[in-house]
Amino acid sequence: MLDFDTIAAISTPLGEGAIAIVRLSGTEAVSIANRLYDGRDLDVVDSHTMHYGRVIDPNTEEMIEEVMVSVMRAPKTFTREDVVEINCHGGLASVNRLLELTLELGARLAEPGEFTKRAFLNGRIDLSQAEAVMDLIRAKTDKAMNVAVKQLDGKLSKLIERLRQDLIETVAQVEVNIDYPEYDDVEDMTKELMLSRTKSVYQEIERLLEMAKQGKILREGISTAIIGRPNVGKSSLMNALVQENKAIVTEIPGTTRDVIEEYVNVRGVPLRLVDTAGIRDTEDIVEKIGVERSRQVLKEADLILLVLNHNERLTDQDRQLFDLVSDLGLIVLINKTDLDQQLDYDEVYQLSQGHPVITTSLIEEAGIDHLEEAIANTFFDGQIEADDLSYVSNVRHIQLLKQALGSLEDATSAIHDDMPMDLIQIDVTRTWELLGEIIGDTVEDSLIDQLFSQFCLGK
Amino acid sequence: MYDAGHFDVIVIGAGHAGVEAANASARRGAKTLMLTLNLDMIAFMPCNPSIGGPAKGVVVREVDALGGLMGKVIDKTYIQMRMLNTGKGPAVRALRAQADKPLYIQEMKYQLERLEDLTMRQAMVESLIVEDGVCKGVVTETKAAYYADSVIITTGTFMRGSVIIGDIQYESGPNNQRPSVKLSEQLEELGFDLVRFKTGTPPRVNSNTIDYSKTEIQPGDEKPSHFSYETTEAILDQIPCWLTYTNETTHQIIDDNLGLSAMYSGMIKGTGPRYCPSIEDKVVRFHDKPRHQIFLEPEGRQTEEVYVQGLSTSLPEYVQRDMLRSIPGLEETEIMRAGYAIEYDSVVPTQLWPTLEVKDIPGLFTAGQINGTSGYEEAAGQGLMAGINAASRAKQTEPLMLDRSQAYIGVMIDDLVTKGTNEPYRLLTSRAEYRLLLRHDNADIRLTEIGYQYGLIDQARYDRFQEKLALIEKETKRLAKQTIKPSDELNDLLASVGGTPLKEPTKALDLMKRPEVGYSIVHQLTPADDTLPQDVIEQVEIQTKYKGYIEKSNQQVDRMKKMDEKVIPDRIDYDAISGIATEAKQKLKKVRPLSVGQASRISGVNPSDISILLVYIEQGQIAKTSENAE
Repeated sequence: MLDFDTIAAISTPLGEGAIAIVRLSGTEAVSIANRLYDGRDLDVVDSHTMHYGRVIDPNTEEMIEEVMVSVMRAPKTFTREDVVEINCHGGLASVNRLLELTLELGARLAEPGEFTKRAFLNGRIDLSQAEAVMDLIRAKTDKAMNVAVKQLDGKLSKLIERLRQDLIETVAQVEVNIDYPEYDDVEDMTKELMLSRTKSVYQEIERLLEMAKQGKILREGISTAIIGRPNVGKSSLMNALVQENKAIVTEIPGTTRDVIEEYVNVRGVPLRLVDTAGIRDTEDIVEKIGVERSRQVLKEADLILLVLNHNERLTDQDRQLFDLVSDLGLIVLINKTDLDQQLDYDEVYQLSQGHPVITTSLIEEAGIDHLEEAIANTFFDGQIEADDLSYVSNVRHIQLLKQALGSLEDATSAIHDDMPMDLIQIDVTRTWELLGEIIGDTVEDSLIDQLFSQFCLGK
Repeated sequence: MYDAGHFDVIVIGAGHAGVEAANASARRGAKTLMLTLNLDMIAFMPCNPSIGGPAKGVVVREVDALGGLMGKVIDKTYIQMRMLNTGKGPAVRALRAQADKPLYIQEMKYQLERLEDLTMRQAMVESLIVEDGVCKGVVTETKAAYYADSVIITTGTFMRGSVIIGDIQYESGPNNQRPSVKLSEQLEELGFDLVRFKTGTPPRVNSNTIDYSKTEIQPGDEKPSHFSYETTEAILDQIPCWLTYTNETTHQIIDDNLGLSAMYSGMIKGTGPRYCPSIEDKVVRFHDKPRHQIFLEPEGRQTEEVYVQGLSTSLPEYVQRDMLRSIPGLEETEIMRAGYAIEYDSVVPTQLWPTLEVKDIPGLFTAGQINGTSGYEEAAGQGLMAGINAASRAKQTEPLMLDRSQAYIGVMIDDLVTKGTNEPYRLLTSRAEYRLLLRHDNADIRLTEIGYQYGLIDQARYDRFQEKLALIEKETKRLAKQTIKPSDELNDLLASVGGTPLKEPTKALDLMKRPEVGYSIVHQLTPADDTLPQDVIEQVEIQTKYKGYIEKSNQQVDRMKKMDEKVIPDRIDYDAISGIATEAKQKLKKVRPLSVGQASRISGVNPSDISILLVYIEQGQIAKTSENAE
């Protein structure tokens, strides 16, 4: 067997489908899977066995998915390497999350056709199929390139080019300082200057990643949590939204889990009513899982609908809920306006801190249109930049952006550690290369070209 | 034509490439003949009187670690030594010497004359003896035929050399030496791809006609460092250089006469180097710059000639005079030699294997400026490698190819034979992706072992080197064990160098990772048993302080090596591989890379082409394995 790194990819067609599979191949396949898997120790299970368990994000210890994991050890596998297949429910969000986790843990995103290539290189596929394999690699590569290029709209690649230009000018200045130490007209690159240059690029990449997240939201729906004390009308609200919008109800029966997701389309805004960790049905989320943990869980939601009772005074529980969600996307709903007012509206407005407050009587089907309007406004009015749709959506691109961010972080900490400029510059150059991989620009001589066009050098 | 003798290796030319080639070959015990037009011009410096600088200085040390001469000779003949980039990281510190040009020639010649296996002869080579596509020897102008297993051409800028000053042009090598015309014609007949390159040099003036009071002094280092790891004696009596500037008047003179510059009148067809622009170029391209630096560099102790660095030009002689006289300090100056541009033929270097042997003519090697490079150091590095490999061929032993992580020489040769060059190639630190590993302080650690194996380094020097390694290891281990405990005294000391107090007991080695803590402080806290040599201390310090970065670089090197170890079979038929893009096929057929790693560095060969190539190669290996199984 040849010595390759471990690769990962989603091996089922993207999109619909009740089950999706993330496949890992390589010497690290089992250990990577083991690190994100909560269940039996995969290092010791028999080959060609399947196991039920949960996927946990090792960083946050948050539960991602319930899964079935197949462990197949070399050599009797498709690639003749250790292979792990993680079966999960077909939602795009969770599959992508799962894939990203494997990449964070050290797997590399497989190139197009790479599993097949490995199968071939490791002698799994017959020699006569060689030509076909090469054609396949070529075809898949071209297709993937086309897709990748299409996913990069002009705005985005221009932005990345600009960031690269900023970086290369910075690097060129460092290089000139090194290669032409006696030239007095070249400003010395100082740590302050380097810090400010890398900071602005850092912020731009952060923004891109933030927008990538929003792009994902658009495609996958805004995850929406309905919270409130018992008996305020959470279930009614859920039903109202579902019925009113003749929702596409994707009910994945809970054979292995009891999470229900419902998709509704509110005036063009896709909402995914989620119940991660049972928020919706919980009588008292805080009491059940503790303050910090609730905060974590709620942060995963893009939008919180907090329901209050018109007919009751605010309780400490209500105030606690406000406190939990104050910095999140929030709409406050005062229900049961058909009953007498006991609620102190002034206090509610104060606690809402400018977030929309809507009044409804779900029993009388009143006020739902106001809620829908508020949802649509929240989404389109600047909070999410719906107009600026230059989202990075390709997993590979996102991965590269994250790596670029990591490199810049390394550069920044080197600046703080008072490392020499030529070492700091290594990470800055790496960032430039990583950004170049996104737009497919890898002309190696460009640094030297930059050097001589930017500065007047030489004897 | 008469049979004038048989050798293992013949070197044509005795410039900076030629002398290193001849020395390396003879040191390896190959019977070597070096032919030159003029024995008084051995290792002549036709351009600036300096050796070293960023990247180049590291090459000089690499040459020295492999038994070469450049470092040794300049250490004996410098008039000034300066360490550059001392305020920067260890990877980019660079040594540069101002040379005594005539003395350098004399010393180099003397070094070579004493080599047992080297014969030196003054002769103009007219043609190569090529039989059945294999190079077998050379024939001189005087009809002497010399035979050898390997022939190295190091003719620099002499091939169809043409000097241009204003509108005057004449056939010539540098400094009015005879050009080599017939050899160039023969190479063309043999099917060589030649390109026309151009370079230039500034005027030289008489020191007695310079008013130095109007310039700034540029002295050498008080405690000079040296290129050779073997040098022990310093030259303390150093001569300064001087700095002055051009001004608006100078630029006006250039502007007014631009049409007369050979560079701009269309007289010159060759491509010049961007990093060594003429003053015309600088003024045209950077028109807003009010002044350019001009360094006045003495050419030696026993001469009044001064090199005017920064004023390379092909303007007519009288314009050069006016230009010079507009510069502060040079108002009365007299030109001794005018600046000129020179055009010459060079070999497209992708025609060479990484050993510097010509792919299509076994037995023939080329090295130095003929391969499209510029600079004495670049020439020396190639000459050394060609000399080693020409001797290997003659003795039928393993060739030596340095990779990009081993030496700047490896970076340079890989760049040349893999990518080629469309302008005279100069080494820059930015060409090296593992710059932190290719430091000038560790050239001996990188290469002495290799030099010893190839018979370039003698036993005594090798033993000294082993001793140094042992001391570095011992001291590093000692510091890793020693614990430093926090104390008021210690924290006062740390505060005095701008550091934060120590809170927990720490290993001495870890304390030294702090930027403000050098070896001297650690040594104060926990003295070593013996006083260690400065170069040992330097290694302990650098290897500790930059450990994280060095490890990161090493990981990258490992990845590169994996690809470089995948050998491409020499009989590979790229046309038969479906799936590789047409452009990539053409490039691969031309460069004929030895490894997948090298193939991946060819511009125009994409990752998908490499994937397919890998599949194809592995297919061949699988085929072989299954055949064996049957």
